[in-house]
Amino acid sequence: MNVVEKFEAQQEALLLENAKIPAFDSGDTIKVNVKIKEGTRERVQAYEGVCIRRTGTGMQANFTVRKISFGEGVERTFAVLSPRIESIELIRRGSVRRAKLYYLRDRQGKSARIAERTTGHGITKKESSKKAKK
Amino acid sequence: MRTGMIAQKEGMTRIFDEDGHQIPVTILKVVGCQVVSVRTDETDGYTAVQLGVGVRKANRTNKAQRGHFAKAKVAPKQKVAEFRVTQDNLLEVGAELSVKHFVSGQYVDVIGTTKGKGFQGGIKRHNFGGMRATHGVSVSHRALGATGQCQDPGRVFKGKKMAGQMGNVRQTTQSLKIVGVDEAEGLILIKGAVPGANKGWVLIQDAEKYDVAKDAPFPAGLKIANTPDETPAVVEDAVEIPADAPTDTPAENKE
Repeated sequence: MNVVEKFEAQQEALLLENAKIPAFDSGDTIKVNVKIKEGTRERVQAYEGVCIRRTGTGMQANFTVRKISFGEGVERTFAVLSPRIESIELIRRGSVRRAKLYYLRDRQGKSARIAERTTGHGITKKESSKKAKK
Repeated sequence: MRTGMIAQKEGMTRIFDEDGHQIPVTILKVVGCQVVSVRTDETDGYTAVQLGVGVRKANRTNKAQRGHFAKAKVAPKQKVAEFRVTQDNLLEVGAELSVKHFVSGQYVDVIGTTKGKGFQGGIKRHNFGGMRATHGVSVSHRALGATGQCQDPGRVFKGKKMAGQMGNVRQTTQSLKIVGVDEAEGLILIKGAVPGANKGWVLIQDAEKYDVAKDAPFPAGLKIANTPDETPAVVEDAVEIPADAPTDTPAENKE
């Protein structure tokens, strides 16, 4: 392990200590609770949308969340380990065939929907059987 | 003027500050930075400290170098460099500098040797525009263009930007901010990029364009284990060094 890797591992461990980050991937609908500073006081604002890409690893990891806000597409990119992120909530897993969902930018309405993923990696059998019964 | 330090560039990464801003940082590593020799007004006509850094095998060091290191009673160093200092900032030979020499928030100048790019044309080397792709241009799309006037002056002016060796030159990047230091690992974190390739040697000095930080150690941030005396004592000892110099000949003979 070289000096930079070692340093990054230390930093990562420090930032992950009290971070609430679930495993999520592109296609998933997530809610990012972002800390916002207003003068002296701090409040948490939720930003909910579809994760359309994840890039980088470790300290360099980023993700982009796309949502439609008042009819206008909005994309925000966050650093996974950013101390500004209070927590990330996984709302719904999406079934997609690509890692980068840039095609969503050209679509709206019905065609921009993503089907829910009920099987596959990261989903336990119990959950999937429950959903099957429903 | 305080002494600088020699360090090795390890690479770049990013860190987050308290507000969550991402800061691009270069990690520099310092291993065993010791004073190898001191230049004084009496002996050399100027004042400076010569620092050595890194670990070099004794059998890979030539005899002249071995003698030089033996005189200072320090292990052979990989890289040696001199820093001009004022009289009151002279250090004792053998004193080891800690990365605490620099404090978080202060500004520094970093000197390094840039990555060599080889022989390059005007477009890459000086950002020339090149010529047109069509409209009759033949063979010379990346040529320099005109290099001067006509019969008067009848020559190309000195310093005309042309093709040539690019990179592999000593370069100073001024006013870089120190983001943090890690004494245990010997790391210095600097905001932004520094010249040179990873594993290249760089010299770090207090910034020319800023005043020295008030909380910076004076005359230098030394490792306490190597210098049990208080820092003022080091200054007094440093003055005595020229007197010791002639007595070191037996040490050389032993080598």
